Amino acid sequence: MDHTTTLERTVRGVLLSLVVIFFMFPIVWILLMSFQTNESILRIPPSVIFTPTIDNYAALITGEMRTAAGSLQVNFMQNLWNSLLLSSASVIVALILGVPAAYAFARFKFRLGEDIAFTLLSFRFAPPLLVLLPLSLYFKTLGLTNTYIGLIWVYQLICLPLILWIVRGYFEDLSPDIEHAHRIAGYSWFQTFWKVAIPLALPGIAAAGLLSFIFAWNNFIFALVLASADKQPVTVGALAFITASGIQYGQIASAIVISILPTFVLAMFAQRYLVEGLSLGAVKG
Amino acid sequence: MSTLAIKSLSKAYGALKVFDDLSLAADEGEIVVIFGGSGTGKTILLRIIAGVEEPTSGSIELNGEDAADVLPEHRGIGMAFQNFALFPHMSASENIASPLRAAKRSDDKVNAGVARVAKLLKIDHVLGHAPRELSNGQKQRTALARALAAEPKILLLDDPLRNVDAKLRFEMRIELPRLLRQSGATVLYVTQDYKEAMALADRIAVLADGKFIQVSSPEDIYLKPATLNVAKLFGDPSINTSETELTTSPKAISVSIRGANVPVASVYGKFSGKKVMFGVRPEAVTLSTKGKGLDCEVIAVTPLNERIVLLMKSTGGWEFLASLPSSSAAPLMGEKLNATFEPSGTHLFDQATGERLDG
Repeated sequence: MDHTTTLERTVRGVLLSLVVIFFMFPIVWILLMSFQTNESILRIPPSVIFTPTIDNYAALITGEMRTAAGSLQVNFMQNLWNSLLLSSASVIVALILGVPAAYAFARFKFRLGEDIAFTLLSFRFAPPLLVLLPLSLYFKTLGLTNTYIGLIWVYQLICLPLILWIVRGYFEDLSPDIEHAHRIAGYSWFQTFWKVAIPLALPGIAAAGLLSFIFAWNNFIFALVLASADKQPVTVGALAFITASGIQYGQIASAIVISILPTFVLAMFAQRYLVEGLSLGAVKG
Repeated sequence: MSTLAIKSLSKAYGALKVFDDLSLAADEGEIVVIFGGSGTGKTILLRIIAGVEEPTSGSIELNGEDAADVLPEHRGIGMAFQNFALFPHMSASENIASPLRAAKRSDDKVNAGVARVAKLLKIDHVLGHAPRELSNGQKQRTALARALAAEPKILLLDDPLRNVDAKLRFEMRIELPRLLRQSGATVLYVTQDYKEAMALADRIAVLADGKFIQVSSPEDIYLKPATLNVAKLFGDPSINTSETELTTSPKAISVSIRGANVPVASVYGKFSGKKVMFGVRPEAVTLSTKGKGLDCEVIAVTPLNERIVLLMKSTGGWEFLASLPSSSAAPLMGEKLNATFEPSGTHLFDQATGERLDG
């Protein structure tokens, strides 16, 4: 039974196309830019017709950037590796800490429990600059400035609250009777947590892990302040393309294309989990 | 020594008291049904016995030993939940096998154990299915099979027939007693269905208002209900009642029901003048066309499968139910009849406390 008229379908199609074009255009444009030289990017009027070049990608991979003023070293591959290392390690640490904590918040009522959970959430809505100044002082004293460990630690401000709150919602949705049944069947508390609670909350854990990976990957300000060149992720590393002899648009574009690939692939792979995770777990009353 | 003993057990959530000072002991192989309405704390009681919830005070003894410090996994209890609580990420056979695996039995023994209970409960054909692929009846059997698999000495069954359809409930009511006897376990069975309680129990413990108001055999509960409340809970249709007063005349001891005198057993003589609640079970009503008794009229006839239920009205306006075997000829609507009441189905209760007056 279809009650829509042809007009409705047409209008809907046009509107949907407009939305898709609006959101996809920058990505398509970046993709096109990444195959052009700076000159062809900057010509007026702009055109989609050009001779494609892979020089930008080559420069990033070899680490040698040729500009009008001469040759320049860029550390893009190091930045990419840093991004991967920092994001993955942060998510792994946040999962190890956050999933048991989420379980505790979901299952046990303890003194100050809600306050602790809320404080952790507040890390998400405090502006990063608020914590950065004291943190950079601490880090200097502790010798954590410009270390992976220090950055992974700070990234917990991003990952831990997300994982905690999303996964908590998932654990709360599980009937405690299932866990009781497992205990009574003869399993210890830990075995029940490991073999029943975790597998049943796995979609939520996956969604929360992916989301926090994306947030960690896209973080800019923490690494900008707390790390120097050799530890910086791609988001900060991209600044290197603003050189004395001008902005290297082509290389910026190709750097962006490369750096969105990992999250893009992950997001495509886990799209179903993501939507489910956001709608089911986190927003439970 | 009882297999399972509850000693002055109390549970409260803050100011809310669920039950208070419950005591009960069950012997080896005994089936004790805990009967009570919803919200009386039956499920909480089972959870406390299983060890997944803490009592506020009191103690549990398993095989004569205090269980306060025994973790749920070490109590040697099998439990079936009202909502089945199957492990959704495991197949039916893995669900059933879980207590056997926890006990570190060899693979052969696990498989043999699963096959044994699955055959007993007629679910051998769905063992490979995930819980979501099972019908409610199959889920319920799987949950029972899981509880039975490790042959526990104590079985806690939390209203296992609650969430299954009427037909299966009827079948299971017949099958379960045999099954539970075979297992040899001491069974605590929770239900809100008095027929289930009567069909299964060696003893019934009636839980109401946070107390066991009567713990006796099904016959006793039915024939000698301790309170008006118990009398009302057991029996379908429910017991007929009328507020009245005991009067003694030289001829007989009787109660007056809306102006008509109904004789009661002479043992009640000592309560003369007391305000009482007269109760008579519908099946204890005998109707006849002639003779002495309460004059009454047939208001409605409801033929049921096993019994015919009649709504009667006495000349004084007391409405009561009578139930007759379906083999008997049903009276017609409007027919004028005489009702007499069998002493065994007639009970007197104190009007103020609801407690049974015993002659």
